[in-house]
Amino acid sequence: MSTDTGFRRVARFVSPADRGFAAVVYGGSILFALLIVALFVELVIGAWPSIVAFGPSFIWKSSWDPITSKFGALPMIYGTVVTSFIGIALAAFVGIMAAVFLSDFAPRWLATPLSFLIELLAAVPSVVYGLWGLFVLSPFVRTTIGPALQHVLGWTPLFSGPIYGVGLLTAGIILALMIVPTVTAISRDVIAAIPRDLREASMALGATKWETATRVVLPAARVGIFGACILALGRALGETIAVTMVIGNRPQISASLFAPSYTLASVIANEFTEATTSIYISALIELGLILFVVSIVVNALARVMIWSVRGSR
Amino acid sequence: MRASLVRGLTTAAIVGALTLPAIAATQLTGAGSSFDYPFFSKAFYIYSQKNPDVTVNYQSIGSGGGIQQFTAKNVDFGATDVPMNAQELARAGQPVLQIPVALGGAAVAYNLPGVSQTIRLTRETIVDIYLGKVLKWNDPAIAKVNHGVNLPDMPIVVVHRSDGSGTSYIFTDFLSHVSGEWKSKVGTGKSVSWPAPSAVGAKGNEGVAGQIRSTPGAIGYVELAYVIENHMPAATLQNRAGKWVACTPENVAAAAASKPEVSATNFSIVDAPGANSYPVSGYSWVVVYKKPADAGRAKALYDVLSWLVGPSGQSNAKSVDYVPLPVNVQNAASATIRQMQR
Repeated sequence: MSTDTGFRRVARFVSPADRGFAAVVYGGSILFALLIVALFVELVIGAWPSIVAFGPSFIWKSSWDPITSKFGALPMIYGTVVTSFIGIALAAFVGIMAAVFLSDFAPRWLATPLSFLIELLAAVPSVVYGLWGLFVLSPFVRTTIGPALQHVLGWTPLFSGPIYGVGLLTAGIILALMIVPTVTAISRDVIAAIPRDLREASMALGATKWETATRVVLPAARVGIFGACILALGRALGETIAVTMVIGNRPQISASLFAPSYTLASVIANEFTEATTSIYISALIELGLILFVVSIVVNALARVMIWSVRGSR
Repeated sequence: MRASLVRGLTTAAIVGALTLPAIAATQLTGAGSSFDYPFFSKAFYIYSQKNPDVTVNYQSIGSGGGIQQFTAKNVDFGATDVPMNAQELARAGQPVLQIPVALGGAAVAYNLPGVSQTIRLTRETIVDIYLGKVLKWNDPAIAKVNHGVNLPDMPIVVVHRSDGSGTSYIFTDFLSHVSGEWKSKVGTGKSVSWPAPSAVGAKGNEGVAGQIRSTPGAIGYVELAYVIENHMPAATLQNRAGKWVACTPENVAAAAASKPEVSATNFSIVDAPGANSYPVSGYSWVVVYKKPADAGRAKALYDVLSWLVGPSGQSNAKSVDYVPLPVNVQNAASATIRQMQR
């Protein structure tokens, strides 16, 4: 009996260090939750005059005229979603292929420097991407990529119309370059964590390396790879300066990927410093609020997709 | 070892704290227009060389931010490309002095492969290009004033500033003065809704210049100093007097000199009369309180600003390819500064 209570007492004893550690850990996570809530509240307060003045039509109106104070966010929402989608589509394909190569195909002497180089892309400042996009990529899109795409796919509205060099496609390509390191680095680690047994079993059944990679390794790693893509998508949605330099900054909705467009983050970056009337500032803050909500919605959708992928396993 | 290091650092910190005020007795702060920044950094550097007891710390955060910081009394002076309006002045709560400090012009730059001559454009044609009515370079409106120039059959790509800027304000002010249609449809502002179907927005002078360089057929307005320093081809414009004028510091100064009675409520010098007046010109402004809160700094602020709008301060404008204020405007600005209580 006495040993039993003694044991319980030991089990209940929590050292001050543990308690302190728990407080720090809880505190840290609560702090971040509070930060998000505070950000949301602050955005709503700042955007309130605009929310009252324009109502929900702010979301589907497409004029953006600071002179007459007529504001609508639809072209920017469209531009943000489309450029991010192009970015993640390109980056996911290339990034996952690179990750498979690095983990399963490349010899070690090549894999190490190559992953280092890919991760180095993440260290390039976004303004450098922007300038490179403006001076190198956008002329290349105008003279080479654009006409080639138009030649083959010009019959679809996606690739019709004049090619300015700047626009949705160029912004999407820049975003893809910027988020590829995130996709590759995380996917590579996820793929490397897939147990060797799976690969060996697959090989033992006579599968080729290619079959092992596409039918065994990638399906096993898909949840983690999906997570990598979501993280990358988050960066694409909020990227500001590089996109601003190559998007063309025109608030319009056009089916053509060659057309100039605008993103939520770009408008804020462009116009916030010189916005003087209070309704104008408030409308810009409401764009920030919408960007916040769009990011949450996209992340939530991706989360749901992960759950459904997990459930089907 | 460690104790002596700590002691050494403490001593250094104390010595530093004691000597710092002796070096910089007065530090003035300003914030605002990025247009003014190259001129201010040069001018204030020179001023500190001559007056080591005063340093001026200028933050180039944009005119809107400058007015906000000034209204919140976080800075000694603000700088803005467009004077504060009645509403902004009311928010400041105290009498404000607005002083013209620098002049600028917007050059109309273009990219026409195979054309070596300088293109001429009438005021009306520029409006029509930006309204999207003139769509090709070989349009009769352009061709009739450019005899002997082989204008290509090329679509015009209209480039404008995407960031809110004083240069856009001057340019749209010019378009509004020339055309009633522009005035009613678009208006004058640092950011407007650009009607041309081919309009492309680029960030900053460097963005607009880069966009023009990389797009054959592009046209766009770029700040004068930027065009001079980067040797960009810029159009010769027809002014109100019907004369053809290039975007040069002299012609911008001529536009300013044609209107010496410039004030914060009557400041537009676009489309100015006079044979040499370049039509797309404008001022940048410094705003100070008539009665600065800190009397000790008021004297230093007064001295700096008086110097800045005077001949020796303005001579720094020229060295960074900005346009010095004409003498009559310098005198008017000095008279305004003298109203400061110090």
